[in-house]
Amino acid sequence: MRNLYQGATGDWEVVIGLEIHAQVISESKLFSGASTKFGSEPNTQVSFVCSAQPGMLPVINEECVRQAVRTGLAMGCQINLRSVFDRKNYFYADLPQGYQISQFKDPIVGEGVVTVDLEDGSTKDIGVERLHLEQDAGKSMHDQHPSMTYVDLNRSGVALMEIVSKPDMRSAEEAGAYFKKIRSLVRYAGTCDGNMDQGSMRADVNVSVRRPGEPLGTRTETKNVNSIRYVMMVIESEIRRQVDVLEDGGTIDQETRLFEVATGTTRTMRSKEEAHDYRYFPDPDLLPLEFSQAFVDELAKEMPELSDAKKARFIKDLHISAYNAGVLVAEKESADYFEELLSATVEKSGKQVSELGTMVSNWVTGDLFGALKKLGKGITGSPVSIAHAAELLSLQVDGTISGRIAKEVFENMLESGKSPEVIVDEKGLKQVSDTGAIETMIDEILVANADKVEEYRGGKEKLYGFFVGQVMKQTGGKANPQVVNQLLRPKLDG
Amino acid sequence: MTELTKLTLSAARDGLHNRDFTAREITEQHVNAIEDAKELNTYIEVTTNQALQMADAADEMIKSGNAKSMTGIPIGIKDLYCTKGFHSCAASHILDGFKPEYESTVTSNLWNDGAVMLGKTNMDEFAMGSSNENSYYGPVKNPWRAGNSDKDTVPGGSSGGSAAAVAADISIATTGTDTGGSIRQPASFAGLVGLKPTYGRCSRFGMIAFASSLDQAGPLTKSVRDAAIMLESMAGYDEKDSTCINIPVPNYEAALTGDISGLKVGIPNEYRVDGMPGEIEKLWQQGIAWLKDAGAQIIDISLPHTKYALPTYYIVAPAECSSNLARYDGVKYGLRVTGDSLDDMYKNTRAAGFGDEVKRRILIGTYVLSAGYYDAYYLKAQRVRTLIANDFKAAYEKCDVILTPTAPSAAFELGDKISDPLAMYLNDVFTVPASLAGLPGVSVPAGLSAEGLPLGLQVLGQAFGEEQMLNVADVLEKAAAFNVKPTKWWGE
Repeated sequence: MRNLYQGATGDWEVVIGLEIHAQVISESKLFSGASTKFGSEPNTQVSFVCSAQPGMLPVINEECVRQAVRTGLAMGCQINLRSVFDRKNYFYADLPQGYQISQFKDPIVGEGVVTVDLEDGSTKDIGVERLHLEQDAGKSMHDQHPSMTYVDLNRSGVALMEIVSKPDMRSAEEAGAYFKKIRSLVRYAGTCDGNMDQGSMRADVNVSVRRPGEPLGTRTETKNVNSIRYVMMVIESEIRRQVDVLEDGGTIDQETRLFEVATGTTRTMRSKEEAHDYRYFPDPDLLPLEFSQAFVDELAKEMPELSDAKKARFIKDLHISAYNAGVLVAEKESADYFEELLSATVEKSGKQVSELGTMVSNWVTGDLFGALKKLGKGITGSPVSIAHAAELLSLQVDGTISGRIAKEVFENMLESGKSPEVIVDEKGLKQVSDTGAIETMIDEILVANADKVEEYRGGKEKLYGFFVGQVMKQTGGKANPQVVNQLLRPKLDG
Repeated sequence: MTELTKLTLSAARDGLHNRDFTAREITEQHVNAIEDAKELNTYIEVTTNQALQMADAADEMIKSGNAKSMTGIPIGIKDLYCTKGFHSCAASHILDGFKPEYESTVTSNLWNDGAVMLGKTNMDEFAMGSSNENSYYGPVKNPWRAGNSDKDTVPGGSSGGSAAAVAADISIATTGTDTGGSIRQPASFAGLVGLKPTYGRCSRFGMIAFASSLDQAGPLTKSVRDAAIMLESMAGYDEKDSTCINIPVPNYEAALTGDISGLKVGIPNEYRVDGMPGEIEKLWQQGIAWLKDAGAQIIDISLPHTKYALPTYYIVAPAECSSNLARYDGVKYGLRVTGDSLDDMYKNTRAAGFGDEVKRRILIGTYVLSAGYYDAYYLKAQRVRTLIANDFKAAYEKCDVILTPTAPSAAFELGDKISDPLAMYLNDVFTVPASLAGLPGVSVPAGLSAEGLPLGLQVLGQAFGEEQMLNVADVLEKAAAFNVKPTKWWGE
């Protein structure tokens, strides 16, 4: 079976759950008016509330509530019309209140299911347990002074959504696909920018192993893993470690672990005995958060089309392959680029959408993505504009250039940034479809290669390609292949 | 010139509006009286320059015809309120040197109406206490002494400095805060009117938190009318406090009609507690008789969960305080006692910075919220709290207001109960239930104990029923005609 791991003493099954922390896109923090702007000078985005000055009180930012509801809707989750903010109490220098305002028993979003795409083309449903809103802490900087720790409170109080999965994943690949899917969903919904390198998204990874069919094993939690690749590395490493421990007759400690990028492994951060007792209780400064179904319905109405719906539409209306559709919708920006390019090409070429869907999707997922990968750029950093790309595809559609020439022109576009029409003009790359000229050329070639003609007619049909090649050689590849075929075959067979 | 410090707030207002004297004059007299009464230890900080500036501004307001009821009235502010640029330390060592960059909403409201700040009044540290002996700045002495005794008594707490300042005529009125009786009990001990409004009536923004679900601002004054006037200025909706309720503030003074005929006054059977002195029971009966004479209907009611109120309070309030006081960690402001590690700094700072009672409550609160104890203590207490609130709801089906004693005793001697926390906690037995239910209450001076110390009666109202409650309190006050002042033993 695909999802079993072979140990020295037999098969093991891994059980994985993720807690994803996603920073809410909002102008101001969850309970104060301070700005959430990233990259500002330390302690410049701090209000009296988020620095926990005496007597200051939290007031909920309604936009953050809307964002949480939108995210819940995007994941197909139940929205709870009544939720409660609790205090999670612990001491740390970058936690000014001495507690984090979070949601414990009654989160704003309840259960749901997301479907993830796996590499073998299959899909899997992963359960979402809940989503709750909570405050981020500040940042401790231990490397600024030999004996002191500096604290930056810019992040203190920024709204986070914690999205908790059910323990439904059985491999690193599934966990990676799930993380990717959640990232895609929040980006589609416009509720989190998904920028992992800026800390906008990170995951706590829960892993346990068991013999197939047995009850759940003891899990470990690896904190603050900030890329999809690292999440997968954590899982692989934890499976190996846990299986080794268990096969050596040891037991797994329920503990919190840290991922070390340098070694690709995890190490103990704190044991169960050292675990905090957070003393959760409802925050008496905040009333329960209540809103109406109408509020939710209104947000649902304004929701943008999400990836699953978009994929289905691409397949049904644009007749493109499920594979291409899946690749395109994985990132909202790719899907947007594709759709804009498709309509620009329709306009430029005068052809129907259904005629162009496959071609345009092939070009985006093949030529363009290939080129971007080489350049190390994303779709938003593409050096080729929609207008130029549409021009290129239209030249191909109307027969002005062949597919092969199109690739050459595209290379040139990437280097020069010139429009494809200019490139085709300058280099004289227009396809030759003039039947008279091509016929004259074929006649000359047949005369010059009379011996090969004899061989062909004698049954050596493979030589057909030779004659086509000769025509292409003489036209610099510009002869319209269809025209060549139409003229060459009767003459040879004649 | 008359002794302006003896005036009630309403008389001072009338005098100021009539230009009988200026805000500057009444303020200066208070500043001098404060100097004379230093040994009472009522003020932690006297803000003389600020007071005189504010008085001059008030005089301008009066001259320009923009005077409000509070314009030019010199008042003391409990140290629990954040006042921009001034001492705001909740009488705790741990907030040493802290001067906020912001103003509490309640004091802002008062300053906008032209009130004058005399200074910051002493209190039990973080409002935890019933005798004002838990202050880092030392205990407050009650101007009242028993008979011919020269022994000091406590002014009650936690708003002890605020109570003593009004009783000693070194402030026309003061702000207090009431979590489980911290306005009403000191008012009773100092022969004053002390009003705790409905939870959500006054903003808590800028009030240093003790127990967020219970804390309310309120006035300590020389008369019910004064309390009505001052509450109107303090109260009001504030979007900066999510628990503040958006209901218009009525003209409380206009509610003092003196007519309570037909009004139903509930007498809760459960408030006859064991060991309550006979004189308190007697005073209560007297109060009932006064209201009856004024035309009220007396109704026996039951508040069956009353006996659980104190234990419930001493779970809920410490639980919230253990979390609210976590921010005092030596990192951001106030006291810092360094150590070899972050944990050491926390331990050193908090060990040095908090007093015994505060530490006791943090420990209790941390315990009742701990894993394994939460359900048995905190959760159960919250359920009982609901039952207590339901008791009042049921009672108010039958009556309009409730009359009870304010405290089970008169002021006791300084040092008497400080080593017995449970005896101290019992002081709040009559005030705590309404606090848990979020209901308003007002203490009215109604008589003297055999030893010559003031005793108060408490009128409890319905949620946002301050007008009716004040009207009854006003009738009670007139009937009691309490006009005794403490014999001055302090100063020159």
